[in-house]
Amino acid sequence: MSAVSDTRQLLAPRPKGGIVQSARDSLVVARRNLIRMTRIPEMILFGVIQPVMFVVLFTYVFGGSINIPGAPPGSASAYKEFLMAGIFAQTVTFATAGAGAGIADDMHKGLIDRFRSLPMARGAVLTGRTLADLVQTAVTLAVLAVVALLVGWRTHENIGKVLAGFGLLLLLGYAFTWIGALIGLSVRTPEAATSGGLIWLFPLTFISNAFVPVDGMPRFLQYVAEWNPFSATVAAARDLFGNTIEGVPKSVTGAWPMEHPVWASLIWSVLIILAFRTLAVRKYRRAD
Amino acid sequence: MPGAIYAEGLVKTFGDVKALDGVDLDVPEGTVLGLLGPNGAGKTTAVRCLTTLLTPDRGRAVVAGIDVLKHPNEVRRSIGLSGQFAAVDEYLTGRENLQMVGQLYQMKAKEAKARAGELLDRFNLADAADRPSKTYSGGMRRRLDLAAALVVSPPVMFMDEPTTGLDPRNRQQLWEVIQELVSGGTTLLLTTQYLEEADHLAHDICVVDHGRVIARGTSDQLKAQTGGERVEVVVHEREDIAPAEEILRGLGKGEVAVEAHTRKLTVPVSGGAKLLAEVIRELDTRGVEIDDIGLRRPTLDDVFISLTGHVAEAPSNGENGGNGASGADAEAKEDAK
Repeated sequence: MSAVSDTRQLLAPRPKGGIVQSARDSLVVARRNLIRMTRIPEMILFGVIQPVMFVVLFTYVFGGSINIPGAPPGSASAYKEFLMAGIFAQTVTFATAGAGAGIADDMHKGLIDRFRSLPMARGAVLTGRTLADLVQTAVTLAVLAVVALLVGWRTHENIGKVLAGFGLLLLLGYAFTWIGALIGLSVRTPEAATSGGLIWLFPLTFISNAFVPVDGMPRFLQYVAEWNPFSATVAAARDLFGNTIEGVPKSVTGAWPMEHPVWASLIWSVLIILAFRTLAVRKYRRAD
Repeated sequence: MPGAIYAEGLVKTFGDVKALDGVDLDVPEGTVLGLLGPNGAGKTTAVRCLTTLLTPDRGRAVVAGIDVLKHPNEVRRSIGLSGQFAAVDEYLTGRENLQMVGQLYQMKAKEAKARAGELLDRFNLADAADRPSKTYSGGMRRRLDLAAALVVSPPVMFMDEPTTGLDPRNRQQLWEVIQELVSGGTTLLLTTQYLEEADHLAHDICVVDHGRVIARGTSDQLKAQTGGERVEVVVHEREDIAPAEEILRGLGKGEVAVEAHTRKLTVPVSGGAKLLAEVIRELDTRGVEIDDIGLRRPTLDDVFISLTGHVAEAPSNGENGGNGASGADAEAKEDAK
């Protein structure tokens, strides 16, 4: 091994601080996570296969038995239109588990310690991770949309509205990765982060308007479902895709988020990001 | 004037465990301090406090002239960290890892890239530079880890058990790298479970047990306390004990300890292998038949026995002490999460 001792002193440049450094550091970390993802392609693959299975199973298994208000009883095509926004929304929220497991793994392996010993922006490790997850979610969503089109799903609005619908879905997914980040920092192992990141998503996504109309639920659950942040995005996407049936009331309980789903979806997602980003970054700083 | 690494009365408690119980350290600029102790002694906790990863409950620390508690981000610019808890990303290549660390030290992308190439050459990793570090051998990974700590040339370096789990050849190699590094004027604090390692690399040694520094001094001073090298002989017959004892008394430097039931004799010596050969020749000349003979260097256990009167509680002197995945140091770290 040749000379290790440096004659030339190379000191770390003074951190600039502020939003510029934050953004730059976040992108460096995001890049790292994206490189990682390409090196573990099976993770992306499984991430895509699962929702594709959901699309196929729900469409063909439940499709003929669920009545959509305003549509002929048991209309499979009406259910397809109804279902896709729900499956899309569920898919983006599953990114929570990925973010959580990734961050728990970094903690476990000592990478978080490496990062914390560097003069980098404090939130950048988590922001970088969530941004990389957002990219992965977008890829998954694109594949899923193609599959949905293949099984007969159609949009009935202009391209701008359709893209806005996907935008709201991605925003929800991004918000949920911050919940995942907090879970990842709070548990000891990647395995715990995966199950901890998934388990609460089932009641959250099922007690909603995603898979079945809330009409058939007990009154109490109808309230829960219509105020569920998740339902707001599903309703908003359905609206923007033109997958709603004219003349059918938007809400059965008169819940504000169901009457104004686009606004509700935006507000919920932004609130989740603000709250969980604050908590996660605080946890990261103190992670010892 | 305090040294490049200075700590005063560091206390850190995890639940019921007092990981640090009033640790004072002072490492003059350009010197190497070895923090020696078994798993769970508090070595890692001390390093984590000094490298801004952990906030001590009480006490004060100054690194490279900067108050660690008041200006942690300034300290981070001036330190390099390597060892059991500062890892590299196994899915990234060696080059990508170093580049990323460089950029996070706030170097420009181009600069970080050039520096990564330089370090890969220097640490004999050029051939493996574009392979994911997952495929590296243990020794290569440690070298990459060390390179990551040297992306800038930090005036102060911390290495937490840099050679734990490495085979002797790789350990030797890493020692050479570390020695070259400190010959360039870097101040280094390293933790180790191996007295031999501290002996080899450190100017001063602090022995840590239960979160306290129980002895400090140069390795010679500590060795004097622990009795240094010993020759151990197991003779074949009980009758051989007497002549063997006579020989050892002549060649050794102190009392000969005799364990009659195991036919084992032990004597402190100086002169190492050469003396061992002499002992064997003498025994042979006198016709004393032996079952076993060896030169025993003082181990961490010996230091502990002589300093504390008890054996180090965690397994401490195996060649493969694990990768910090076990042991109370790691547990203490886990607890705090």
